[in-house]
Amino acid sequence: MADTHNGIIIEGLRKRYGQGDTAVDALKGVNLRVAPGEVVGLIGPSGSGKSTLLKCLGAVIEPSAGRMTLGGKVIYDQGWQVADLRALRRDQIGFVFQAPYLIPFLDVLDNVALLPMLAGQPNAQARQQALQLLQALDVAHRASAMPTRLSGGEQQRVAIARALVNRPPVILADEPTAPLDSERALAVIRILNQMAQQFHTAVIVVTHDEKIIPTFKRIYQIRDGQTHEQPGQAALTPEPGASA
Amino acid sequence: MISLAGRDILHAWGKFVFTGLGLGLLIGVTLTMAGVYRGMVDDAKVLLDNSGADLWVVQQDTQGPYAESSSLDADLYRSIRAMPGVARAANVTYLTMQIRRVLPGGQTSGNDVRAMIVGVAADGPGTPGHPRFLLAGRQLVRGHYEAVADVSTGLQLGERIRIRRQVYTVVGVSRRTVSSGGDPMVFIPLKDAQQAQFLKDNDAIVRQRTRTERNPVLNNPAQPGLLPAVQALQDSYPYVNAILVQLAPGSDPDNVAEPIRRWKRLSAYTRPQMEEILVAKLIATSARQIGMFLVILAIVSAAIVAFIIYTLTMGKIREIAVLKLIGTRNRTIAAMIVQQAVALGLIGFVVGKTVATFWAPAFPKYVLLEPADAVRGLVAVMVICIVASALAIRAALKIDPAEAIGG
Ligand SMILES: Nc1ncnc2c1ncn2[C@@H]1O[C@H](COP(=O)(O)OP(=O)(O)O)[C@@H](O)[C@H]1O
Ligand SMILES: [Mg+2]
Repeated sequence: MADTHNGIIIEGLRKRYGQGDTAVDALKGVNLRVAPGEVVGLIGPSGSGKSTLLKCLGAVIEPSAGRMTLGGKVIYDQGWQVADLRALRRDQIGFVFQAPYLIPFLDVLDNVALLPMLAGQPNAQARQQALQLLQALDVAHRASAMPTRLSGGEQQRVAIARALVNRPPVILADEPTAPLDSERALAVIRILNQMAQQFHTAVIVVTHDEKIIPTFKRIYQIRDGQTHEQPGQAALTPEPGASA
Repeated sequence: MISLAGRDILHAWGKFVFTGLGLGLLIGVTLTMAGVYRGMVDDAKVLLDNSGADLWVVQQDTQGPYAESSSLDADLYRSIRAMPGVARAANVTYLTMQIRRVLPGGQTSGNDVRAMIVGVAADGPGTPGHPRFLLAGRQLVRGHYEAVADVSTGLQLGERIRIRRQVYTVVGVSRRTVSSGGDPMVFIPLKDAQQAQFLKDNDAIVRQRTRTERNPVLNNPAQPGLLPAVQALQDSYPYVNAILVQLAPGSDPDNVAEPIRRWKRLSAYTRPQMEEILVAKLIATSARQIGMFLVILAIVSAAIVAFIIYTLTMGKIREIAVLKLIGTRNRTIAAMIVQQAVALGLIGFVVGKTVATFWAPAFPKYVLLEPADAVRGLVAVMVICIVASALAIRAALKIDPAEAIGG
C-alpha cells in the first residue's frame, strides 16, 4: 500500500546533526502521511525539528535513517538516496517560503515560467503554463510587473504559482503566512487548499501562525523530534468575497 | 531558456554602466599606453624611411647618428659615393636644440620650440636626408637660410626662426618627420647646420686666432700666405654626423657595407640593423616602462571586475539559494556570473576603445592605435573578466540550497 500512495509518506525518519559528543538528534523517528489533495499543518515549538523535517523532505539535507516516499517514488530508504536531487526538487516538489523570495530581476511571469524552462520546456509554452496559473491565482494582471512592485499578498500568490507550475505531487510551505495579516493569511491557505484539490497535490504547511492553525483538517505536532498526529478544526470558511 | 545574466544586467543596468565606464577609462588608458609604444616604434621606422637611406655610415664603433653621437669627416662621402653598389651618398647632421620664432618686428618670441635640426646636402631632388613629402611649400633649394619644418612645430610658411645666430625662413612644411625622441624636425642646408653645430663662439675664435698668430711656425713672415690659410682651415667645420647611402638597384646592403667597415674604418648599418638599434636599444627602456604600466593596469582592471562581480553575486545569495533549490544547475549559475563579467568587460572595452580613439590625437607624441592591439586588448579583457569571476563563482557554488528554507 505504501508505495502506491501518491502523496507524502515518511516512516521512522531520523536526522542527527554532527557526531560524537556534540551530536544533536533533531528527528527521532518521524512518521507522517499526507494524501494527494490534502493540506496538513505541521506545528511545534521553536527548535523542535520542523525545519529539519522540511529540509529532509525538500532533499537539501540527507536524513540519517528511515524512509521517505514522494509522489509514489521512494526518495530515501535507510541510507540510499535518489541520485539527482536537483531534478527531484525541480519536478517533484514545490516550495513556498515565509518570504516570497521571487527573483528580483525577472518579471512576475518569468519568475513562474523559469521552472518549466529549467526543466527544458520552450519559453512560449512555459509562459503559457505560468500565465494559466497566475490567472487561477488571480494575479495575471501583474504578469509583466517586477516583483518589488507587488503587494505582499500578491507576491505570496506568485510564489505559490511558482511552486505549482511544474505540477509537483508535493508542496512544502515554510511559514507561508507569517508576514501577512489575518485576511491575507486565510486567503493564502484557501488558495493552497483549492490548488491541492485541483492538482491533487499533497501540501505540508509548517506554521506557528495562530490565525491559520484552526483551518487544518489534520495537524502533526512535532515535539522533541517526534510527530504526534491530532485532528484539526477544519474551520476554513469559503472565500468571503474580496481577496488579498 | 531565458538569459538570467541578461535580465539581471537590465535590472541593475545603472551599476553595470557606471562600473563599465570606470573600467572603460582604465582600458582606454591601457590601449593608449600600447598606442604610445606603437607610436614610438612607428616614429622610429618613419625616421628611417624619411632619411631615404639604405645604409647609415657613422663614426667607427659608434651606434650613431640617432642613438649615439658620431662625427665624420665631411669629405668621406665622396669616396663612399664611388664605391660599387652605391647610387648616392650624402652628408647629414642631426642636432637637437631649442629654436625661436622671429616676430615680424625682428625680436625673437619668448617661447621656444624643441626641435631636431637636420642638416641636409643641397645636391638636388632625391638627395637622401630630405623630407619625403611636404604638406605645403617646397623643398630646400638655396644653399643658405631656408628651413623646412615639421607641422607639429606650429611654424607656418614664410615664418622666420632663429637657430643659433642665423635667421631662417620656413619654405616648406613636412609631416611625420620627428626624431626618435618625438621632437619635430627642422631641415636646413648642410653648411648652415654644420655651422650651427660646430660653431665656436666669438671669444673662442678670437682666442684661437691669437694663439695661431703667436705660433712662429705658422706666423712666418717668410711665408705670408700661411697664416690666413691656417686660420681659414680652423674656422671651417669639416664634420658631419653620418653619411646616408642609397644603393644601386639590385645591390645587397650587407655586401656594400662590408668594404666600408673594413677599408674605411667606419661603422655601417643596414636598415634592419638600424631598426634594431632604434627599436631594441633606444626605446627599449620606454617599452619596458610601458610594459610595466600595462601589467599594473591589467591587475587593477582584474581587481575591479573581480570586486564588482563578487559584490553583485554576494548581493544575490538568497536568490541564488532559491534558484538552486528550485533546480537550477550549478553550470547555469556559473554561466550567469561569467556572462555578467564578460558583459562588464565588453562595456568597458567599447568605452575604452572610444575614449582612446578620441583622446589619442591630443597627445603630444604620436599615438598609434593598431586594430591588432585592440583585438589583443579585447581578448585580454575577456580573459581577465573570466578569471576575475572565478572568485564569485566559487562563492556562488558554495551557497547551500538549504539556506533558502531557513532555520
Ligand atoms: N545545521 C545544524 N547543525 C546542528 N544542529 C542543528 C542544525 N540545524 C538545526 N539544528 C538543531 O536541530 C534542532 C531542530 O532545529 P530546527 O529543525 O531548525 O527546528 P525548528 O525549525 O522547529 O525551530 C535544534 O535543536 C537545532 O539546534
Ligand atoms: Mg525553523
